[in-house]
Amino acid sequence: MPASGPADRTGSSPRPARLTRTTAFFVVLTVALVVAGLAAAGSGQLAIPFPQVVGSFLHHLGIDVGPMPTHPRGDDTLWTVRFPRVAMAMVVGAALAVAGTLMQGVFGNPLAEPSVVGVSAGAAVGAAAAIVFSLGFAGDWTTAVCAFVGGLFTTLVVYALARADGRTEVVTLVLTGIAVNAVAGALLAMLMFLGDTQAREQIVFWQLGSLNGSRWQYVGVVAPLALVGVVCALACARSLDLLSLGERSARHLGVNVEALRIFLIVVVALLTAAAVSFCGIVAFVGLIVPHLVRMVTGPGHRALLPASMLAGALVLVVADLGARTLVAYADLPLGMLTSLVGGPFFFWLLRRTRRSSGGWA
Amino acid sequence: MSDAALSARGVVVRLGGTTVLDGVDVDVRRGEIVSLVGPNGAGKSTLLAVLAGDLSPAQGRVEVLGRSLDDWRLRELARERAVLTQEHHIAFPFPAQDVVRMGRSPWRGRPEEDDDQAVVTESMAATDVTHLAARPFGVLSGGEKGRTSFARILAQRTGVLLLDEPTAALDIGHQETVLARARHEAEQGAAVLVVLHDLSLAAAWSDRVVLLHGGRVAGEGAPGEVLTGPLLSEVYDHPVTVTAHPETGELLVLPDRRRRTPRPSASDLEVRA
Repeated sequence: MPASGPADRTGSSPRPARLTRTTAFFVVLTVALVVAGLAAAGSGQLAIPFPQVVGSFLHHLGIDVGPMPTHPRGDDTLWTVRFPRVAMAMVVGAALAVAGTLMQGVFGNPLAEPSVVGVSAGAAVGAAAAIVFSLGFAGDWTTAVCAFVGGLFTTLVVYALARADGRTEVVTLVLTGIAVNAVAGALLAMLMFLGDTQAREQIVFWQLGSLNGSRWQYVGVVAPLALVGVVCALACARSLDLLSLGERSARHLGVNVEALRIFLIVVVALLTAAAVSFCGIVAFVGLIVPHLVRMVTGPGHRALLPASMLAGALVLVVADLGARTLVAYADLPLGMLTSLVGGPFFFWLLRRTRRSSGGWA
Repeated sequence: MSDAALSARGVVVRLGGTTVLDGVDVDVRRGEIVSLVGPNGAGKSTLLAVLAGDLSPAQGRVEVLGRSLDDWRLRELARERAVLTQEHHIAFPFPAQDVVRMGRSPWRGRPEEDDDQAVVTESMAATDVTHLAARPFGVLSGGEKGRTSFARILAQRTGVLLLDEPTAALDIGHQETVLARARHEAEQGAAVLVVLHDLSLAAAWSDRVVLLHGGRVAGEGAPGEVLTGPLLSEVYDHPVTVTAHPETGELLVLPDRRRRTPRPSASDLEVRA
């Protein structure tokens, strides 16, 4: 098991080693996130040197240190296009990673993830419906509200279908995901058929997933949703640890399992909706990130959840930077990139899970 | 109801049209170990699930410390009663020490929380799992998992213990360690109910034995009264003898192999060939 702790086996104090490592990990993640964010903001067709990005950022915070961008449109580009896009990448990445971590905890299964089980697709159906039928009952929030309803409904369906005897087996979960994704795909196709050319184009964007066209206005919708979700998730961290012992044992330790599950399902739907409503389906982030983070922090959710949040934000900032710069003058779909990496990773995880548990447990 | 720390009255459970438990009464008082024994399918695990509050009976009621199970808040109950289940499954690779520490969670935010480290260390030493502290729970052997789970139950520091086959998958030495610890808990005032398959172990360690058969109590009382050859032979549908150990005088419950179905004789085999 690569996730096993350091070689300290005295029993009396195997904690400090991991604690130090976890603290170091948090520092590295935070620094990397800030650096990657600033570097990503400086990259693109209009390249702005790193010190100037830092300078512009600090000036807007009211700290007059460092050089301002020398290009006449530099500062403007940073604040109307680049920074909102980077901020959106961070929020969406954090939301997806936390949603994945929660789902794995709730299902007691390391392969659960919003896009794998079809929750992302369900949320996309909701969002697409809002576009096609030109819904506007909640202003800027309409798409997010519809995505939330779609995501929540799908999560409940998966929860009801994939669980048996208080557990979710890998096979059941994956097969349920296939079925749910198929139905959601059909609904999306129907919405595309019903919609006009413009709506159709927008829906296609969702399926590919992209941060193109992120505006502060949208960040303002997504960020509060993600924040609420993350805070709720962190509040349940200890109970999630206990839940990994199984339903019965968790209840014997004082966890109201039914209430916790329902609450977390709503939180998962909220986080997924936040991510999907403006950026579409960015798959596998919620699968890869928690898995890699668990190798460093261990499975305890009090460290795993915040670390996954930071790592998810970092991964999406870097992935989006790649999407924008890998091919000159082209904005590659972000979801395509994450799936390209995430698909094989999922396969590897699937095989490893089968091996380590001696069957499809 | 009574002075029992744990008591069940008239418990009836029907599962899929079958009556699994049919009017069972059980009392466990402070300071005693009560063994629940019986053949496969007698309803032992079902009764334990009812007593633990995992299964609602069709009729009857269960009280812990004189209060009906429904009236307890789960967290409060977790500070009074611990349950060792048969299944030792964990979804993520928590180290054994973290699993034991989970037993302390009901005490979080209370003065007892200060004792967490000491209690965890003591519980792990008591079940001989200290050396496994940093190993992921999932890769432990069956017996090691069982002992780690038992350490987690001990770390909960409760006055009522429900143990479903705590000796399953344990070697003879660790069986004794675990039951001796259960005895120690009882001496400290705990009420202990333990499901056992090994009748000699039940005879050696319990104050009272409850023998279940077909969802009813077929016998209840001191081990010497309940664990008798004729009654066990009938309940287990197999000849059983009970004798006293020649040196210690302890009860030994053994299958009587003299009266089993005779093996096919050589001549029978020849005919078949």
